[in-house]
Amino acid sequence: MALATSTKIALGLALAGGVAAGTTAWADEDDILVINGETEIITKTDAPAHVEGLDTIRSGWTFRTVETQSLQMDDFDNPAMIFVDQGIDSWNAADGAAGKSCADCHEDPESMTGLRTKLPKWNEAAGEVWTMEMYINACRTERMEAEPWGWKSQPMLNMTALIGNQSRGLPMAVEIDGPAQATWEQGKEMYYTRYGQLELSCANCHEDNYDNYIRADHLSQGQTNGFPVYRLKQANLIAAHNRFKGCIRDTRAETYSEGSPEFVALELYVASRGNGLSVETPAVRN
Amino acid sequence: MKPFATTAVAATLAAGAALASETAPGDVVFDEYGAVEVSLTGAAGDPQRGAEIITARSKGNCIACHEVTALKDAPFHGEVGPILDGAGSRWTEAELRGLVANSKMTFDGTVMPAFYKTTGFIRPGDAYTGKAAPADLPPILTAQEIEDVVAYLATLKDE
Ligand code: HEC
Ligand code: HEC
Repeated sequence: MALATSTKIALGLALAGGVAAGTTAWADEDDILVINGETEIITKTDAPAHVEGLDTIRSGWTFRTVETQSLQMDDFDNPAMIFVDQGIDSWNAADGAAGKSCADCHEDPESMTGLRTKLPKWNEAAGEVWTMEMYINACRTERMEAEPWGWKSQPMLNMTALIGNQSRGLPMAVEIDGPAQATWEQGKEMYYTRYGQLELSCANCHEDNYDNYIRADHLSQGQTNGFPVYRLKQANLIAAHNRFKGCIRDTRAETYSEGSPEFVALELYVASRGNGLSVETPAVRN
Repeated sequence: MKPFATTAVAATLAAGAALASETAPGDVVFDEYGAVEVSLTGAAGDPQRGAEIITARSKGNCIACHEVTALKDAPFHGEVGPILDGAGSRWTEAELRGLVANSKMTFDGTVMPAFYKTTGFIRPGDAYTGKAAPADLPPILTAQEIEDVVAYLATLKDE
């Protein structure tokens, strides 16, 4: 996967952010995200062949204001990095009846490099598609003999941010065929289903109307390559399923819950729409 | 029974059960172009109230998708739908009523929600709670609120 070749560097954007402080200034969609002056992020690329409704895919970063964008360009400014650090603490902490930590089996978090780009993926032993949360909880219950973490619990958010962060800069590459195909098809079906009393599908907002404003919100393509993302509004990390839940609720629909088989399928499909975009975990959004 | 409810009565019962003279959501008659000839309540719409419904998030929230220059005092107008300036010149009152009640009868497959419809949804919710809808799901806007919005839209004439 070729990296974008623009020579525009992070510093230029950071300066623009300073000048535009307090206003809503938008960076050019072709601006390049470089994190810490070294990790180049693919924020815009050709859509994968299986995405019928888009020619070009763009990270949610390209839809945010210059101020929000700049928070993601340096880990010292990224408010989510504190949670990544907390994730390292629990990575090293023994928990559960087996008295083991993640580090006991996996050594450094770097051993997880590349994993985020493949998730969700088919788990042969379980006979279903698994997200990162499901892998983490299987380790906790089976190998550590500890309590599973709740989908929205802080330790789970911190751990998914830490593990995802190891793949930052690598392009998303989830598999959509083979045994995962039926789950992917289910997610695709959901993506185009017009839910709720407002009868709106994910595609209505994120495929037909990205770049348009809906009230005060600048609609993005609803990509998941930055998750868990730090939301300034919530001052915390949020998981993709939590975001899906909010979006479906906003159509005046009965939502699904985090970790439900429906949301696992939707996560696989939405992730596949972003194949080729770099992992940005933990991204910053408003 | 007098065919027309008075505005005062409509206001008292506003959020509650449909009045006898009101057309229920399932009984609205659309013509082949999606227009609705007959008033849903028989009472005249209040354009002032219509403007409030158009901007209120908890009501029509029309400006989530549409810009209306005359309502620019309300913050954040969206751009998902066309600008509504001049809508009262482009459309007749019957067409506007059809557009607000169920725009899908005018524009097949449009993203614009139907504001006077109570059935045929996939996983309908109880407003914005994320919970399942009650069995007697109310329309997003009441019959009188539709008439109020229509009355306001009719005032949006081309210069
Ligand atoms: C009524 C409009 C609407 C619908 C329908 C909708 N969304 Fe969203 N979505 C938004 C808004 C507004 C945001 C916040 C701004 C943005 O990032 O687009 C958002 C954000 C997101 C994000 C975060 C993107 C990022 O980079 O942080 C994801 C992922 C997402 N939506 C997925 C979905 C999925 C999946 C569905 C269908 C189940 C869906 N959305 C349906 C309006 C909608
Ligand atoms: C989710 C987005 C959305 C919302 C909310 C919405 N609309 Fe629309 N509306 C549209 C779109 C899109 C069109 C264009 C029809 C099409 O081609 O699909 C439209 C068309 C219209 C038209 C005809 C356009 C013209 O002037 O020629 C009128 C009038 C209208 N809407 C009024 C309203 C009113 C009043 C409300 C609230 C009670 C409302 N809309 C809420 C999206 C929306």
